[in-house]
Amino acid sequence: MTIAVQDLKADFPILSRSIHGQRLTYLDSAATSQKPAAVIAAELDYYQKTNANILRSVHTLAEESTLAYAKVRTLTADFIHAQADEVIFTRGTTESINLVARGYGDVHVRPGDNIVLTPLEHHSNLIPWQQLAKRQQADLRYIELRPDGNLSLESARQVIDSRTKMVAIAQVSNVLGTILPVRTVADLAHQAGAVLVVDGAQSVPHQATDVVAMGADFLAFSAHKMCGPTGVGVLWGKMAHLKTMSPVLFGGEMIAYVDRDHATWADIPARFEGGTPNIAGVVGFGAALEYLAEVGMDNVGAYMSHLGALAFQRLQNLSGVTVYGPGPDRGPLVSFNIDGVHPHDVAQAFDAKGVAIRAGHHCAQPLMHWLGVNATARASFYLYNDIDDIDVLVDAIESTKRYFAR
Amino acid sequence: MNLDDIYRETILDHNQIPRNKGTLPNPTASVGLLNPTCGDQIRLDVVVADGKITDIRFDGQGCAISMASASMMTEAVKGHSVAEGLALARSFKAFLTGRPSEEDLGELSALEGVSQFPSRVKCATLAHNALEKALDPSKADLDALD
Ligand SMILES: Cc1ncc(COP(=O)(O)O)c(C=O)c1O
Repeated sequence: MTIAVQDLKADFPILSRSIHGQRLTYLDSAATSQKPAAVIAAELDYYQKTNANILRSVHTLAEESTLAYAKVRTLTADFIHAQADEVIFTRGTTESINLVARGYGDVHVRPGDNIVLTPLEHHSNLIPWQQLAKRQQADLRYIELRPDGNLSLESARQVIDSRTKMVAIAQVSNVLGTILPVRTVADLAHQAGAVLVVDGAQSVPHQATDVVAMGADFLAFSAHKMCGPTGVGVLWGKMAHLKTMSPVLFGGEMIAYVDRDHATWADIPARFEGGTPNIAGVVGFGAALEYLAEVGMDNVGAYMSHLGALAFQRLQNLSGVTVYGPGPDRGPLVSFNIDGVHPHDVAQAFDAKGVAIRAGHHCAQPLMHWLGVNATARASFYLYNDIDDIDVLVDAIESTKRYFAR
Repeated sequence: MNLDDIYRETILDHNQIPRNKGTLPNPTASVGLLNPTCGDQIRLDVVVADGKITDIRFDGQGCAISMASASMMTEAVKGHSVAEGLALARSFKAFLTGRPSEEDLGELSALEGVSQFPSRVKCATLAHNALEKALDPSKADLDALD
């Protein structure tokens, strides 16, 4: 692989922490990634040297702050091959999807229209659409999964029709690791006259992203899953669509002219960023984007596929372990269950060994229903993980099996 | 950290051989509760006669902590008064959140190890929350399943 992971590990201060006297093995990056020193330093540096509100004052600090914030918008646009004014900063994927569901959905979706999802969506890419469907008396439809957890294109062709206004799907499942055929679904949506919203929370951190090649109309993702700080996210939308959207957060910074009874809106994207944003967080996100660009997203992509495939193969060969989702061709995560041991107990036993994994329904309860389980354990990887971490994972599974079989 | 501090013998025993597991044909109160972090559900059936818990059963699947806690709780309150059942639930919850308990918690004190893990405290207290709702209708609220 082209990544020198041992060097990268040293960039993440938290990875040298010990947990219950053992070296931390962090396998919960799908929940949130760890942060390199450069990102932590960028936020600190911003507060120590630059801090001021943006777009308001004329003093040096305010100008520097405004420029720093604007620079990250450009970095973000470059990262996903978009235009800077199409990039809206939010608090995270959840807020991004809520913004498009309200700002675009309430304008375009009418009674009797339908919104198309998949059963593997994170609640963040489900509840905003349930609510939109209720507000607009629209129908929710689901593209079904094949038994292996991949999307059924046959089903996609059936459910997307002339009354479909919006299709919202993840690019990579946070539970199964399924890689969804976004380009094909985009074409189906566009043929039907619908727009495609892509939840990129689990894909943008792990592979090179090109919104044009992907065929998306909107893309949502979170900084904190890609080496950046919490509290920052992105909604990207095609300018033609953003122009038809109404703002949903009203107040300072998002207006052009205000009198007692009326207001006009600022230009896009400021129109959608009411109030003082998370400036320091955005600056930290800029440092994360630079960090990832330096490693190279093509390198990251190849390495993450490699780790995902390897972890799948190793776990699939273990007896008494059920691995969920498609084969080795997947995002860098593996959900599993150990026979007779509840995932919470698995995670507890792992923690005693310094191994951090997630256990639960992963904010995807309809997918749990589809799988026929209440919960799973999940190990997820990022660029600072390596093959040794997969060995640690396998050892932890074996010792947990033994512990609860006594 | 020693895992045995959390998974004491009694806990593994109650998890493997749960007491009072199942449902009752004619409960006077039945409560369903959901653990929002894992989606696990517990159902608790009780029969109260003359202010006494004459029969009690729990059903559902969950982690070792939640199952053992439910199993021990049913044993502890069966045959006792409603007031004693409520006092036990209250004391147990206080015990796990680091406050001194007024009651002798018996076997339930084996769950002490989870008190440093807030997410596991939710698992351990699920059955006790269900008991409170079953015994005290004023505690019943929207998160009850039926
Ligand atoms: C697929 C997917 N969508 C959406 C989200 C929500 O992201 P956030 O909590 O950052 O808003 C997550 C992360 O938890 C996710 O994995």
